Amino acid sequence: MLFMLLFSRQGKLRLQKWYMAYPDKTKKKITRELVTTILARKPKMCSFLEWKDCKIVYKRYASLYFCCAIEQNDNELLTLEIIHRYVELLDKYFGSVCELDIIFNFEKAYFILDELLIGGEIQETSKKNVLKAIASQDLLQEDETPQSFFDDHGLG
Amino acid sequence: MYPYYEQDWSVLPPENNRRFNPAFNMATIRQAFTEAVERVRMPTPTRLRDLIRQIRAARTAAEERAVVNKECAYIRSTFREEDSVWRCRNIAKLLYIHMLGYPAHFGQLECLKLTASTRFTDKRIGYLGAMLLLDERQDVHLLITNCLKNDLNSSTQFVVGLALCTLGAIASPEMARDLASEVERLMKSPNTYIRKKATLCAFRVIRRVPELMEIFLPATRSLLSEKNHGILITGVTLITEMCENSSDTLMHFKKDSGNREIVPNLVRILKSLILGGYSPEHDVSGVSDPFLQVKILRLLRILGHNDPDASEAMNDILAQVATNTETSKNVGNTILYETVLSIMDIRSEGGLRVLAVNILGRFLLNSDKNIRYVALNTLLRTVHADTSAVQRHRTTILECLKDPDVSIRRRAMELSFALINAQNIRTMTKELLLFLEKADAEFKAQCSSGMILAAERYSPNSRWHLDTQLSVLIAAGNYVRDDVVSSTIQLVSSSPVPEQTYITNRFWESLQVANHCEDKQPLLQVAVWAIGEYGDLFMYGVNEDEFERPTESDLIAVYHKFLTSAQVSTTSKQYALISLAKLSTRLQQCVEEIQALITSFGSHLNVDLQQRGVEFTQLFGTYKHLRPPLLEKMPAMQISRISSQNGESGGSFDDNSPDVMENGIELGGSGTHPLIESNMNTMGDNTNILLDLLGSTDLSVGASDLAMATDLSNAVHKKNTRNANNDVTSNATVSNNQDLLDLLDLDMSAASTTAVMGVNLSADHNSAANMNTMLGGLDLSGFGGLNSMQPSSIPTNGNDLASMLGGLNAGVGGAPSTAAVPPIGGDVNSSSLLGELNPTTVSNNVTVPLQRAKLTALDKNGLVVQLLPVPGSDCMKICITTTNSSDNTLEQYVLQAAVQKSFKLQMLTPSDSVLPPGGVITQEMRVVATSNAVLRMRLRIQYTLDGQQLVEQTEVSGFPEQQLSNE
Repeated sequence: MLFMLLFSRQGKLRLQKWYMAYPDKTKKKITRELVTTILARKPKMCSFLEWKDCKIVYKRYASLYFCCAIEQNDNELLTLEIIHRYVELLDKYFGSVCELDIIFNFEKAYFILDELLIGGEIQETSKKNVLKAIASQDLLQEDETPQSFFDDHGLG
Repeated sequence: MYPYYEQDWSVLPPENNRRFNPAFNMATIRQAFTEAVERVRMPTPTRLRDLIRQIRAARTAAEERAVVNKECAYIRSTFREEDSVWRCRNIAKLLYIHMLGYPAHFGQLECLKLTASTRFTDKRIGYLGAMLLLDERQDVHLLITNCLKNDLNSSTQFVVGLALCTLGAIASPEMARDLASEVERLMKSPNTYIRKKATLCAFRVIRRVPELMEIFLPATRSLLSEKNHGILITGVTLITEMCENSSDTLMHFKKDSGNREIVPNLVRILKSLILGGYSPEHDVSGVSDPFLQVKILRLLRILGHNDPDASEAMNDILAQVATNTETSKNVGNTILYETVLSIMDIRSEGGLRVLAVNILGRFLLNSDKNIRYVALNTLLRTVHADTSAVQRHRTTILECLKDPDVSIRRRAMELSFALINAQNIRTMTKELLLFLEKADAEFKAQCSSGMILAAERYSPNSRWHLDTQLSVLIAAGNYVRDDVVSSTIQLVSSSPVPEQTYITNRFWESLQVANHCEDKQPLLQVAVWAIGEYGDLFMYGVNEDEFERPTESDLIAVYHKFLTSAQVSTTSKQYALISLAKLSTRLQQCVEEIQALITSFGSHLNVDLQQRGVEFTQLFGTYKHLRPPLLEKMPAMQISRISSQNGESGGSFDDNSPDVMENGIELGGSGTHPLIESNMNTMGDNTNILLDLLGSTDLSVGASDLAMATDLSNAVHKKNTRNANNDVTSNATVSNNQDLLDLLDLDMSAASTTAVMGVNLSADHNSAANMNTMLGGLDLSGFGGLNSMQPSSIPTNGNDLASMLGGLNAGVGGAPSTAAVPPIGGDVNSSSLLGELNPTTVSNNVTVPLQRAKLTALDKNGLVVQLLPVPGSDCMKICITTTNSSDNTLEQYVLQAAVQKSFKLQMLTPSDSVLPPGGVITQEMRVVATSNAVLRMRLRIQYTLDGQQLVEQTEVSGFPEQQLSNE
């Protein structure tokens, strides 16, 4: 996988994960182009797009579009499964996830993605293991956050 | 414990860090206490969630910007204050702002400071920020490399995990090199959490720096004997990457993978996945770990590719996967899809291949669009290997042409073309025509060209072929590419006479339909070409098919309609004008109307049409006797490009037909053949010289000419071009013709066809066959390529291009009469064809030269160039006499001339290119004024003296006044 983008139906970017080193300007350009192309597609169309030298796989979940760029040799259908797995994980973590959860806890969404993929490849196929890892790290974070007069110490 | 008292891992050295205090005494404690109290009193920074709320509450973009700018300013100020308590919150806010598209690079260093913190929260946010904000800037990378190195050695697995994850996302080649050994060490860690992450990190490291593969090889050995799926999948991913990257590594894995052979090992894992019982942890709607299965199947594909033994070892398991996988959900189809790809790519058994194609056939019928898309895509990939198996699904594929989804239609179209053969051409064409009629604009060009190619290759008879060509022209309208026009003209011209009559009638019929002239210009062009060419057959020939014939005045009325319509393009009008001129020798009554119509173009606003008007008018006046021979019927053209390709690929046609097809399409499209490109380059140079000569700064001329040359490459007989190009390179001797052509090339740089053709002529080894193909090329240039590019070239460089082309066109018309016109040189070699262009006008312009003063253009070192202008009725002739009174022989003498844009210049062949002592070279040029300007001329004289090339440039003025040629 080359990159993953999450954006809303209004075209607002909600999450971006780049596994290729593009300059910032290019990233913005790619994002803009893809968001407009995908939003212009009708719901009945298939989830794949040929774009430049890669393939774009996207899927809409409620108000959010999940969009991945993969290489020519990669399995498009499997990419849909990866997207779905990520959505399942978000759902389990937040408890019936919605767009607002991802907006307000975007860092958590990134953390979950980073436990699922590294360098654009799947690292863990067990949902349980991913969630366990996230939970342990959250616990680690809570432990070191003082509870006394710096009450709102964390990210708030 | 307050974070304040924690040891600070700031990247700053201790002496600059005011909180790093080794003397932890009462005074410092007091100071720290007061600071802490201050902090409590100071308002705490906005919380992340509050900021997000504020931003979301903004009603306008300006409002949002204001909130963001205020917060950014605040964040910047806290960065300056080295405040580490809130740093992580501030960075988190900055990351949100960054996602909205605002600049956030000032936070890069702060992210690094966070990663250096001991707190896990800081590290987590710090590395997240590093992944989002860092680009490949070197100075920052050195810092992050150090942080990563520290954390890769941490005792907390999650800290190591964060570092590995960051490295996997942003590893630059330098980082990869610096940290490869750390990663390799972690790959051998007993902790599976770390191990799987390290394995994927290794994958990324190899991606960035393939040379580093070696050091990871030993560590991969044990990966496949693990039970943990995380390790298995990352291990398979890493090995796949290694095998794809280097064939040596592939061999290494095949021969020895440490414990057991790799193929049986993978087969074992796969088998346990499909046959092993239900495991809730890895189950995805009834399929056990599809992610791992797909990865294994892909690695098997690489291992079995071109390896009969390995393929043999995996045949069974592939069959098992193919039959045992549940296909009601996307997951199952994902695995089947990967299995099919593997079956097709390895040396699998025939039965297995049939099974695979049948799976794809089922996919085609699936209600899920994604599955259908994947099926078409895969069939397209496998159609070369097994056409007959794919043929069975032809009807389904044709159904997909009607799919509402663009991606699916495109694939279906490509696949349809790959499936066309001599047996199914009729039905396939019928379906594709239906598709073409309704297709979006983006498909029409490719589809029409593809259909023409297929028809050319497989058409059962010429009547059908002609009908198809016509249908395509009608269905694709203005979207057809130029190659379709030229190929149709070629086809018609090489058809037997009854077919020519037939198709001309059909063309005539199609022109009767309203709208056909505006949005079907290519059809119009071909139609008028055919009517002009075969007007006699059409109007007065044998009417086998009992078509209704128009009266001559009806016919002229239609021409009148086209020629005066604003919707008809200039190119089409050019076709129509030539066609009309041709009709003047084929019709019996309406010649005067034709003449009137043509003459009316003598004052047309478009320079090229005007030129044609004027020149054709001449054929009704002074040069009346020349009209019939000049407008003779074209000889049958050689079928070009496709047939020659056919010949080349010979018997192995079925195997690679899709490739050939694609080539054809590509050629027809942009025509970026390297040879043609090189030709364009040289042309570009020449154009520059010309521009020098003209003293013009208008470089766009060159550019547009080049663009036109690209267009031309569609029309140019591919093989012809190749020949010609070879000739250009091999023909080192500069002959007279080539001199002229150099000039032609300079002055009419766009007219690469003529140049190419001419060079071909000057080549000594031209055979009769070559002449024929040249005629084909000539004709194409006369009616296709050149015409289409004239309109754009004239307004830009407005020199003698048009007149020359006009001459050429006339010559084209009279091509069969070559023998009738005595060649100037006497010996009938190939150069006479070009010479033929000159005598047609030379011999008929016997005006007595008036005595005028000679203008001396150059008198230097015994080389004297004199110009004798002779004003004529339609143009001024200038005789150039070059004498050599020195004792040296001048070789490769070339005289080039340029005039202002308001004049048109035509140069004829010089008498010689070698100037011995006392020798004389004469050359004639003609200048036609298009406005009342004073003629000035720049001359460039080039010759070789003792092997040294010399160039003289001079400007001549003082020519007699000339009247405007077009009254």
